[in-house]
Amino acid sequence: MNSISRRKFLKITGFSVGAAATVSALSPFVKGAEKVNKEKVKGIRKIPTYCDICFWKCGAIAYLKDGNLWKIEGHPNDPLSKGRLCPRGTGGVGAHYDPDRLRSPLIRTRERGEEKWKEVTWNEAFDFIAEKMNKIKKEYGPESVAYFSHGIGGNFLKHTLKAYGVNNISAPSYAQCRGPRDVGFELTFGEGIGSPERTDIENAKCLVLIGSHLGENMHNSQAQEFANAVQNDSTIIVVDPRFSVAASKAKYYLPIKPGTDIALLLAWMNVIVKEKLYDVDYVTKYGFGFEQFAAEISPFTPEWAYTETGIDVDLIKTTARVMAMNKPATLIHPGRHVTWYGDDAQRSRAIALLNALLGSWGRKGGFFFPVNYSIPPYPYPEYPAPTKEKVDNPNNKYPFAIEEITTGIREATITGNPYPIKSWFIYATNLIHALPNEEETIKAIQNLDLIVVVDVIPSEIAGWADVVLPESVYLERHDDLHASSFKETFVGLRQPVVEAPADQKPNWWIAKKLAEKLGLGHYYPWNHIEDYLDYRLKAAGLSLDQLKKEGIVRGEKQPIYIEDGIEPEFATPSGKIEFYSLQLAEAGFDAVPKYTRPDQPPAGYFRLLFGRAPVHSFSRTQSNRVLMDMMNENEVWVNADIASRYGLSNGQYVKLKNQDGVVSNKIKVKATERIRTDCVYMVHGFGHNSKMLKGAYGKGASDAQLITQYKTDPIMGGTGMNVNFVTFEMEV
Amino acid sequence: MARFGMVIDTKKCVGCMDCVVACKTENNVPEGYNRDWIVTAVNGKFPDVHLEIQSQRCNHCDNTPCVSCCPTGASHVEDFGKIVLVEHNMCIGCKACVAACPYDARFINPEGYADKCTFCIHRVEKGELPACVSVCPTHCMYFGDLDDPNSEVSKLIASRKNHQLIPEAGTSPRIYYLI
Repeated sequence: MNSISRRKFLKITGFSVGAAATVSALSPFVKGAEKVNKEKVKGIRKIPTYCDICFWKCGAIAYLKDGNLWKIEGHPNDPLSKGRLCPRGTGGVGAHYDPDRLRSPLIRTRERGEEKWKEVTWNEAFDFIAEKMNKIKKEYGPESVAYFSHGIGGNFLKHTLKAYGVNNISAPSYAQCRGPRDVGFELTFGEGIGSPERTDIENAKCLVLIGSHLGENMHNSQAQEFANAVQNDSTIIVVDPRFSVAASKAKYYLPIKPGTDIALLLAWMNVIVKEKLYDVDYVTKYGFGFEQFAAEISPFTPEWAYTETGIDVDLIKTTARVMAMNKPATLIHPGRHVTWYGDDAQRSRAIALLNALLGSWGRKGGFFFPVNYSIPPYPYPEYPAPTKEKVDNPNNKYPFAIEEITTGIREATITGNPYPIKSWFIYATNLIHALPNEEETIKAIQNLDLIVVVDVIPSEIAGWADVVLPESVYLERHDDLHASSFKETFVGLRQPVVEAPADQKPNWWIAKKLAEKLGLGHYYPWNHIEDYLDYRLKAAGLSLDQLKKEGIVRGEKQPIYIEDGIEPEFATPSGKIEFYSLQLAEAGFDAVPKYTRPDQPPAGYFRLLFGRAPVHSFSRTQSNRVLMDMMNENEVWVNADIASRYGLSNGQYVKLKNQDGVVSNKIKVKATERIRTDCVYMVHGFGHNSKMLKGAYGKGASDAQLITQYKTDPIMGGTGMNVNFVTFEMEV
Repeated sequence: MARFGMVIDTKKCVGCMDCVVACKTENNVPEGYNRDWIVTAVNGKFPDVHLEIQSQRCNHCDNTPCVSCCPTGASHVEDFGKIVLVEHNMCIGCKACVAACPYDARFINPEGYADKCTFCIHRVEKGELPACVSVCPTHCMYFGDLDDPNSEVSKLIASRKNHQLIPEAGTSPRIYYLI
């Protein structure tokens, strides 16, 4: 059937609910702020909310002009944005107006991946899903449904699925992104880094970035603090095979050979220990196993590291001494996307240890102790206890995994071991671009009886779904409260600013309706999310009315540094900072990180590196017409000498072919002095081949498509993806 | 009367294009066009490279070839702040100003008139900063009266090494880049 207007849909739903009195109470989804803009109020209106273009969740103020969305600015009272959004947040307007958005629930009519659909009503879609889910539950058990999700919007669907009995719940943000960092730091300090990061960049007197390209990677608070650090004349040291924007702000740029960072880190620590430049009091008071650690790193001199990294011996020594000179306000940034080579937890641990030597953990200009606004959870009924173990990490194969591994669920889906996975629910994460080796993802999909995608745009993974549910964008919906741990405590509200343009629905409504269809309506004791939000806010001594007006409420200042009087505690086995990790040793791993030389590219091939652009988030914003006008395709960065050797000129299109013969879309060459000769670089997220993404289709190339190889970190299950090599194909 | 100008600290700028996005939404700049843009000048040989990232737009010059070449008087210097503007109703879209501008700061709007940066005069008149300045997450942009020696922009120009774009064109541009 054709899509129907929202107005019509309200009528029909109202009627059917009225006719069938046994169905749980009518969801009053016409209540309150959702019709905030129906009257198209003349003039300018400002409504506070928080952003969803990335996961940073900056406080924002949306401006309406004569009832239509005009612009979005930062919320001046927001500790994250400090009143200034990043370009993606400012361009969030384009998410609402994106002509490629999903508009109606869709059910597949042809083979998976053919992108042939019929538009259905929400009711039909839920009936279809519930019938399949009930069948799966009966034949295999609820654990055979898996959930992949990204962002705060996934919370309610997670609630419904947990109520159904799902325990295989995962996000690429762990095994394809920040996982190794959090594991490496947890093994060392007993705590991870968190998001937003607990890095005190603006107070650092010396800031070290290893592959982290702040400024291009536009995590708002970090980019703002980075600019402040530049202004404050902080000594910036950048380690990167590519001359990033951050490198251009650095006093010391170390053009490292890709994959050799651990060698550099060991040499830095070697200098600092040998020259006794570390924070002796701090290490003595808080450290465990320092002597063994010092002995283990003693062979790894700058002279040794030079041969691996290509970094001059003097430069290694000088930068080590500069770091020590500025201690404890020296921040060796742990990075965020750190799944590079498969030994990433150990590299992150080496970064943690270097910070520990300099005493920066807990110190101003290092890592602060984050604080958050305490809001009690909603008192839901208890979830049913799963009767089966999770599938992602069987027999504790990755002994130090701290979150569920997406690629582990994928593997179980392929093999059917330890038990079959028969359904994937996917919320707001484009698994085709997020997971390495697309072929494995598609292979796994073949074993599924039900794939449901909930998203705002028709991503590639939506193209493989059986049912696609169109979500309203963040400007059109409520979400859960935002109370991240940061330098100060705050609560932020997301509330609708404008109406959804078609039949899109907020995630909470989708999750609640699905729960009702599954006979789990009692897991939603509230009728409208406003009731839920008000309940939680009242439990925290606040109210929804206040948040609706103010958008953000800040709590009282709290101590966040050792200097403020905090006595640090370390949740490690020794209760101290573990320079030497007995638990790693007992599990058969190196107690102190060791360097392994990475595989080198075959002749004529270049290591494929990828990163971020400030105007796009993952593969989720390329059809946003405002952001497309900033950047509508990616380029492959090629060293100028290499380009001339291969006869490549700036702006010319080539295709990239990887070591397994996979060939990319065409991509523009950027011949530049800003990258080494042994690697190429591209921005992630382009090269879409979903035909429904009309604005983005065929523009640029996808790094994900070329990442057929990956190295799994044996410690924690992360997938190192910088292990692919490409060459140029001139025929385009 | 003020003579508005802009100072941009290239040391802080990360080239994130927030200024471009903010201008676009603030001023409803049509799809496919922008009134400001980022230029990254790269010098040197890897790894000894130097970058200068510039947020560029109309320089609101003191000597205005775009105004002197305009056959209708649409292109003009506003009394308020000496801001260079185009009166849309008077513009015939002849492109003389587009050709005359050494900074390539003008384009013909799909509606037929010459379009460009207005220094957000509608905001500045209300005492606000131009959208690009007020959005910048790195706080690298400054706006103010170049004729007032005590303004932040005048002080920055006096105290920090800086340059203007294509000074040899003789236009006396009013955007200064701190280096």
